[in-house]
Amino acid sequence: MEIFLTYLKVFAIGGLICMLGQILIIKTKITSSRILVMFVCIGAVLEACGLYEPIVTFAKAGATVPITGFGRSLAKGAIQGVKEMGFLGAFAGGLTATAAGIACAVLFAFVFSLIFSSRTKKF
Amino acid sequence: MKKEKHLTRNEQYNVYVEAKIPKTKNFPTLIYAFIVGGIICMIGQGISDALMAIWPSMSQEEASAWMLIVLIFLSSFLTALGVYDRIGVFAGAGSIVPITGFSNSITSPAIEFKKEGIIFGTCVKMFSVAGPVIVCGLVISFLTGLIYLFI
Amino acid sequence: MKNKIGDQTIKFTNCPRIIGNYAIVGEKEGNGTFKDYYDFILKDDLFGEKTFEHAERKIIEQAISQSIEKAKLNISDIDLLIGGDLLNQIISMSFTARYFDRPFLGVYGACSTMAESLAIGAALVNAEYVKNVVCSTGSHFSSAERQYRFPLELGNQRPPTSQWTVTGAGSSILSLSGEGHKITMATFGKVTDYGVSDVNNMGAAMAPAAMSTLISHFQDTKTTPDDYDLILTGDLGKLGSEILMDLMEHNGYKLGKNYNDCGQMIFNNNQKTFQGGSGAGCSAAVLNSFILKKMDEGVFKKVLFAATGALLSTLSSQQGDSIPGICHAVVIEKGR
Repeated sequence: MEIFLTYLKVFAIGGLICMLGQILIIKTKITSSRILVMFVCIGAVLEACGLYEPIVTFAKAGATVPITGFGRSLAKGAIQGVKEMGFLGAFAGGLTATAAGIACAVLFAFVFSLIFSSRTKKF
Repeated sequence: MKKEKHLTRNEQYNVYVEAKIPKTKNFPTLIYAFIVGGIICMIGQGISDALMAIWPSMSQEEASAWMLIVLIFLSSFLTALGVYDRIGVFAGAGSIVPITGFSNSITSPAIEFKKEGIIFGTCVKMFSVAGPVIVCGLVISFLTGLIYLFI
Repeated sequence: MKNKIGDQTIKFTNCPRIIGNYAIVGEKEGNGTFKDYYDFILKDDLFGEKTFEHAERKIIEQAISQSIEKAKLNISDIDLLIGGDLLNQIISMSFTARYFDRPFLGVYGACSTMAESLAIGAALVNAEYVKNVVCSTGSHFSSAERQYRFPLELGNQRPPTSQWTVTGAGSSILSLSGEGHKITMATFGKVTDYGVSDVNNMGAAMAPAAMSTLISHFQDTKTTPDDYDLILTGDLGKLGSEILMDLMEHNGYKLGKNYNDCGQMIFNNNQKTFQGGSGAGCSAAVLNSFILKKMDEGVFKKVLFAATGALLSTLSSQQGDSIPGICHAVVIEKGR
């Protein structure tokens, strides 16, 4: 029962964040690039204000998997960096916290681009 | 001069076009986005739970990082197979907003532009969609750190 | 100026004829409304080539060489090739032209290129500067998509006002001698911009240009829409054609059952293309298959073919400019 409830929360919050994105796409006709940028910024700002952490404790992956979680890591990393290294941390913290994600996204993209080719859309 | 003459005409035309655009049923796409987005997050939670079950010494933070890496790999692979864009047609933001959408937006130009060569195609164009995310993300992260430094 | 009538229209007294025509389309188009009319349907969008750009060149090459064959001519009989496409610096058409080793004029009118080439070609043939002219154009969904929009594998949704770039090419041979339908008039269009800047709503951007050219044509030639069996616009799509009909009615011309649009016709409703087809290959393929064959059968005797084009680039739209449209029209009359 405990597990079921956890997954329900993950599903609901994760789905809700995506649905907000879809509403933005429909209402403002913005492209996916801008959606991603907006959500990263929203995530970072919420984290900086201390509002995102409660959502993560409540919904776990439901809050870390959406791209807002990426913004959260960037902000969290910067704050962490400032705590540890002072001013230098403001520069280094964000990338340090998200380095694994960015590096593996780039790496996988590079490897797959060597193997696969693009195909025509059917619909 | 001449441009200004047409301002009202153009304004009227744009208003008319906006009214003429057929109203599509948006409600189903919202539901699809909700369901697909929710499922991707649940898969993420499943991966992180499984990792922590297999290696009990793993911390929540570590499991979460590995979970993101696995999701990024899966989405990159599905993109390469030409499956992810079909999910996208159906799900819209449901497959754009999760981290898998970020991975898709890096892998898709990398594969698409490899015909222009590895350096000038793949490497240069890799960030043509996701670049702004990293740039804006870093700017806002730096600002956050800066503000935190002074308070 | 004996052959110029009115403000924008020219009349061809010698009546150049379309003595050969060929249409080739991609797989998706081959499942569309006119599947029985095309000369050739690709089974694979790459057409055995490595890149989509190469495939686009190959379909244009096939359209040109097969149309020459259908006109029972040799390549050496061709005095001039006229054509263009959608890619930057019209590489598809000009790169194809090097295989033919004949004089070449590259023209760019975006999706209106077919009508533009026909008008220029007919004028040169009519004045007897050249004997046989090839007018050809083509486009490819995937090459256009990667130039104008996003990578193919990116998982995004197309907006409901968007159109689907047609994979296809069409080619017509114009000549004074031989059997074929006659080109009797051409109206060159003005660049018209009503301030639409939504790149996913090309129909609305191009409809004012179509209206401008059609009205000029009717005024210059003192005809009405009812004088034609078919008035065919290029690729306005469903929404664009409705807008055009409203605009025309507003100006006192009623487009009735004899009006249609290539983009609206080329795909059927199950193909999820939203507003229909677009692209230089759209009007070229429809004209050189369905329209000319129906004229052979005598269903249409006098057709006003007005291909429309949106003259934007990725640069201009990123800088926030609105989309200028253009429309050129030619009148084709049954001549066999």
